[in-house]
Amino acid sequence: MLKSLSEHHLVPKHELLSADETQKLLSQFGLDFDKLPQMSQEDPMAQELGAKVGNIIRITRNSPVAGETLYYRRVV
Amino acid sequence: MLLKKIQNIEFGVLSPEQIRKMSAIEIKSPETYDKDGYPMEGGLMDPHLGVINPSLRCKTCGQKMKQCPGHFGSLEMVRPIVHPKFSNKLEELLHATCKECGKIALKDESLEEFKKSIERLDKEEAVKLLVKKTKTKRKCPHCGAARAEILLDKPTNFYLDKDRLYPSQIREWVEKISEEDLKLFAYDLTRLRPEWFIQTVLQIPPITIRPSITLESGIKSEDDLTHKLVDVIRINLRLKDNIDAGAPQLIIEDLWDLLQYHVTTYFDNDTAGVPPAKHRSGRSLRTLVQRLKGKKGRFRYNLTGKRVNYAARSTIIPDPYLSINQVGVPEPIANNLTVPEFVTEWNIEEMKKFIKKGDNVVYITKPNGLRKKVTELNKKEVIEELEVGSKVERILQDGDIVLFNRQPSLHRLSMLAHEVKVMPNKAIRMNPMVCKPYNADFDGDEMNLHVPQTQEGISEARELMYVENQVISPRHGQPVIGGQEDDMTGLFILTMDQTEFTKEEAMHYLYNMGITELPEPDRGKKYSGKLIYSMALPEKLNVEYHNNTAKQLKGAKIPREGNEAIYKDAEVKIEDGKLVKGTIDSSSALVESILRNYTPHELERYYWRMAHLTHELLTTKGLSISIAEFENTPELENVRKEAIEEEITEGTELARKFAEGVLEPLPGRTVGESFELLMVRLGGKTKAKVQGKIAEYKLKKLLEAKRPTLDTMPIIVSGGRGSMLNVANMSGFWGQISVRTGRPKKGFTGRLIALNEKNDLAPKAGGFVSSNFVQGMNPTEYFMHSMGGRQGEVDTGVATKVSGYLYRRLANSLKDLHVSNDETVRTANKDVVQFRYGEDGVFPARTSGGNFANMDEIIRNMNRKEKKERKN
Repeated sequence: MLKSLSEHHLVPKHELLSADETQKLLSQFGLDFDKLPQMSQEDPMAQELGAKVGNIIRITRNSPVAGETLYYRRVV
Repeated sequence: MLLKKIQNIEFGVLSPEQIRKMSAIEIKSPETYDKDGYPMEGGLMDPHLGVINPSLRCKTCGQKMKQCPGHFGSLEMVRPIVHPKFSNKLEELLHATCKECGKIALKDESLEEFKKSIERLDKEEAVKLLVKKTKTKRKCPHCGAARAEILLDKPTNFYLDKDRLYPSQIREWVEKISEEDLKLFAYDLTRLRPEWFIQTVLQIPPITIRPSITLESGIKSEDDLTHKLVDVIRINLRLKDNIDAGAPQLIIEDLWDLLQYHVTTYFDNDTAGVPPAKHRSGRSLRTLVQRLKGKKGRFRYNLTGKRVNYAARSTIIPDPYLSINQVGVPEPIANNLTVPEFVTEWNIEEMKKFIKKGDNVVYITKPNGLRKKVTELNKKEVIEELEVGSKVERILQDGDIVLFNRQPSLHRLSMLAHEVKVMPNKAIRMNPMVCKPYNADFDGDEMNLHVPQTQEGISEARELMYVENQVISPRHGQPVIGGQEDDMTGLFILTMDQTEFTKEEAMHYLYNMGITELPEPDRGKKYSGKLIYSMALPEKLNVEYHNNTAKQLKGAKIPREGNEAIYKDAEVKIEDGKLVKGTIDSSSALVESILRNYTPHELERYYWRMAHLTHELLTTKGLSISIAEFENTPELENVRKEAIEEEITEGTELARKFAEGVLEPLPGRTVGESFELLMVRLGGKTKAKVQGKIAEYKLKKLLEAKRPTLDTMPIIVSGGRGSMLNVANMSGFWGQISVRTGRPKKGFTGRLIALNEKNDLAPKAGGFVSSNFVQGMNPTEYFMHSMGGRQGEVDTGVATKVSGYLYRRLANSLKDLHVSNDETVRTANKDVVQFRYGEDGVFPARTSGGNFANMDEIIRNMNRKEKKERKN
């Protein structure tokens, strides 16, 4: 049995972004917060991280073409 | 460009008052025209409803046909009618409320409780839940009245227990339902009341929506909608007369039902449970819903399927002598399509001359917007009047840019820009090298042409969509436009080491690709094929790669050691624009290298020379196949016999083991599955053995020959068409038949066909075919082979259907994604989908097979440079 979902080898690394990091991210991409891809608050990984609506979760994925890539999803 | 944003769209139901208010005139008579052909006052063609005669004015708005949008009328229903599209909504209400007091059949407390429980639910689900809760309550908790079961006999007939519930009764019932309660059913009461689902007034659509047509014979023919409305009005009148005359209840109810039927079919003539209304001829009527629905409906046919001008369509035929950039436009098409040309102070004189020359110009639009057709008669006058700023619309000429397209347009490469070449006859011609991106062949395919009408459009097409700029596919980064079957075979034969030409031949081939200078001969007095080919290559090209021959030799397991003679053409080396060694074939490395180091246009020129060269070679040398080619040598025949022997002995042994129950099962499989799998594997093994030997023999024969053999092998080894498997099927044997990834198993109990013994598990009885296509199969084998063949046919059919649909869904969902300036991929709303295009920011069409650079090539080039510098 897995103690946590994040231990599963198919689940990429999820991290909660701090307020500072959030600001940095949005200014780096020149993004409005609501243009980010979404993730449900009820998503199992969001729940595990204790994410609240308005948080941003950074996902570090292994892409077959680009190696390690970062992806950001806002919690709704 | 965003002009205005739609904030919301509201759908609703018209109230009787609104219908009456909107009505230009109340319709009272089912008549359309009187005997003199004039529309009847108060009839269905009343001039108050709009005009369809261009000379008349509308009686409501006073405007002419073009301006008058048409006006609605109304028909007072003698008895109310259920709107067939809302009977489901009515059913919900009737299930949940009380007939006497109109309240929801739940106690106040439980209603409050219910309201709380649905707070987080979807409205539709909440309604479903409410209906479920109240449906079975047989007594109203508010007034105590008994509640009978409601039954909807679709589409429109309601029953209360066994008794008929008439629309008028339903109307009275739902009128009682309070606003508070209706909110639970998600009704917005400022705009909607449920009693409006019962029609007391019917809206009559304007004539413009259902125009009558006057046939050549002078007989007027009415629209289907008008026909249906005539029925409705006629029955409505009859019902009125009967009621006024005090007719028995039974007759009135029958007429009422008939009226309901006509209204139902007026809205939707395909309503389930209602026989469709028919024309006198037996054709069913196209009423309101039919006009909107389906492939031929308003949405898919007229709104999504708009047609365009400046387009042409014809059958396509191949013409390898065209450039890949060109398209052969038939004269009749070219003379009919036009391109706008603008008159400036610099070209005005030339334009005048041009107009004078012939029937080149169709229209001239002056700066003031006046458009004139140019004819032989007014030509002189037109030339005189020509001024700067005029637009001259001339017919298509050589060199114009047009868009060329083949459906289904699944691709960006399904529509490319070509240069026009006007040609005789009626078929559109294209270079067969561009078949691939269009997925076209010449078995009767038709394709479309579109002529861009603005300078922007023309340049955009010429720069972005031009064929030579689209050679590399954006999917995998490899060429999709390039030599085909004949070209590859020709190149192979031409560039084999054995190929030599006399001076006359050399001159002939070079002339055919537009070269008039003869190089020095390299083989005594003769010219090698490689030399001739080198003349087609771009200047100073340097490439090295392993070609298809190398792959084939590896596949046939012919070692390099001791076979140097055979291997000599397996590695291609092009040095300083000269083919030093190796045969040219379908390997993409050469084309990729040309594209990396030269312009796309240089590749186009290479293709042109290459095609002219190979086609001339093949037509002068000839290439043919005989059955003798597939007759085996005694050694090969022995190999074949041994393989069949092996299959049968080993197969019989397996069958024996299985029958005796001593077969060792494979991991994770039952004994039965293991047996079947082992039999399939055995078939594959024996086939591979034979194919390998045949390949080895044929390859050696081809590559060791004194002169190139002009038969099947160059076609296969060059990668033009076919494979060694096909040869093995012709001169080896077919092997094990497979149906759905295994041996065929359906048929009689214990055997496939009646010719077999029952429970015979041996290879031959299980669909092993030991014959080949030269010998022909025996009836049993033929039957088995047909089973496999049929499955293949079915699979391709299903696969194209399913994958086509899947692709369509995918393409439609992704169609307005775009890469924005910051390299993020965004939707039309600017929502981020990817933070970098493809996660790596690479556009495959600008790579070589997905790689940023060809390191081997870079290193080679550096070494070469160094060598040169050292020399100096």
